[in-house]
Amino acid sequence: MTSDESPAVVVDDLHVIRGSREVLPGISLSVPRGQVVGLLGPNGGGKTTLLRSIVGVQIIAGGTVTVLGEPAGSPSLRSRVGYVTQEASVYADLTVRANLNYFAALVGAPRSDVDRVIEVVDLGAEVDSRVDRLSGGQRSRVSLGAALVGSPELLILDEPTVALDPVLRRDLWALFRRLAEKGTTLLVSSHVMDEATRCDRLLLLREGRLLADDSPDGLLARTGAPNAEQAFFALIEAEAAA
Amino acid sequence: MNPRLTFATAGRVLRQVRGDHRTLALMIAVPCVLIGLLAWIFNGTPVFDKIGAPLLGVFPFVVMFLITSVATLRERSSGTLERLLSTPLGKGDFLGGYALAFGALAVVQALVATGFAIWVCGLDVAGPRWLLVVMAVVDAVLGTATGLFVSAFARTEFQAVQFMPAFVLPQFLLCGLLVPRNGLPRVLELASDVLPLSYAVDAMRTLTTQVDAAGDVGRDVAIVAAFAVGAIALGSLTLRRRTP
Repeated sequence: MTSDESPAVVVDDLHVIRGSREVLPGISLSVPRGQVVGLLGPNGGGKTTLLRSIVGVQIIAGGTVTVLGEPAGSPSLRSRVGYVTQEASVYADLTVRANLNYFAALVGAPRSDVDRVIEVVDLGAEVDSRVDRLSGGQRSRVSLGAALVGSPELLILDEPTVALDPVLRRDLWALFRRLAEKGTTLLVSSHVMDEATRCDRLLLLREGRLLADDSPDGLLARTGAPNAEQAFFALIEAEAAA
Repeated sequence: MNPRLTFATAGRVLRQVRGDHRTLALMIAVPCVLIGLLAWIFNGTPVFDKIGAPLLGVFPFVVMFLITSVATLRERSSGTLERLLSTPLGKGDFLGGYALAFGALAVVQALVATGFAIWVCGLDVAGPRWLLVVMAVVDAVLGTATGLFVSAFARTEFQAVQFMPAFVLPQFLLCGLLVPRNGLPRVLELASDVLPLSYAVDAMRTLTTQVDAAGDVGRDVAIVAAFAVGAIALGSLTLRRRTP
């Protein structure tokens, strides 16, 4: 199938202005299918704005964003793209199961899918607990679970591992890997550079500009740096010198 | 609009309210307490028969206005609204879900409050009693729609709560409960003509005094319902899939 060969996301000359600031001054990139792509960079660099543009909830000033072959935000994409915001955006006064049931209903997923997702995000013991009684890490897994019901082809995850303990972070990255092996495309933002090694591909974003679009190995080879963080600094210095 | 998604949303909203026993209790009990107090204050005078029924129309409007404006403000600020609008859920489904859920709660509230007013407090109703309930439910849906609309202009729950006196009290002052509407200064009378609560109170008053009230009341019900539809339409303009 040729359509599967095309990238999951193509961003072309995207301009986004928020307030009086041009957050994204013309960025172009693509996200290949079936990979875990890390969107890395410091806070305030435009990561969330870029992700929102891909989901189609951001007003853009120019350029095009194509997702799974259609313009971002198209009605037909709404059940094919899962979006997890930085804050856990689920209903705190409902149980885990009630939350997942509702989001499953919205994308037309069967109830059995909710059981599968509960297993996947490892919340079996908490299904009947209200979300506001859960820990921060559990809450963000409910939010992730709400995006997983219906098995979307593309998952957009905004800082899903922030504020999680190391064990949970490791488990979550293992989950992302399993999802990618089944053909899901994942675009995961993070400002923790050591998460870079877990990605197939890295996008380094700083002040709305793409510093690198490379595989982790390629990035290290290009900069001669021992790790992603050093590579990032090397790129910033190279840019400042240029 | 997709009925399946609308009902799923209504079910979710009701489940949230059901989990909050105190809100539920306040919603049902407060109108009864106020009606009871009123009947007691005006014990032995004809005043309760005059203003008891109009107040049965005002309470659901106020309560649903408050609850909906806070609930939708929460949806806006917690990120759930943005998430919902990135799913197949339509704006109409979202608004319809809220209107259905709070409309259903209003039926319960109106049945309890009306029953209490008639059988416990001895409210005299000349017209058909079921129309009192219909009017109360339409008022509640109006409150829900208005609350949804104004929540777009509040950034915090403090602001949302203060929209209640700002939006509701002027209508309360002008609706004819304190001074009959045709006795108001001309400008205020004209203002009261374009405020929905005036028609709700007119309807309730007609119901208590006239035996064959159905025609007049039906017209007032239709007017209030039209206001509710208008508020829902305005509310849908404040729901944006794309935001800056």
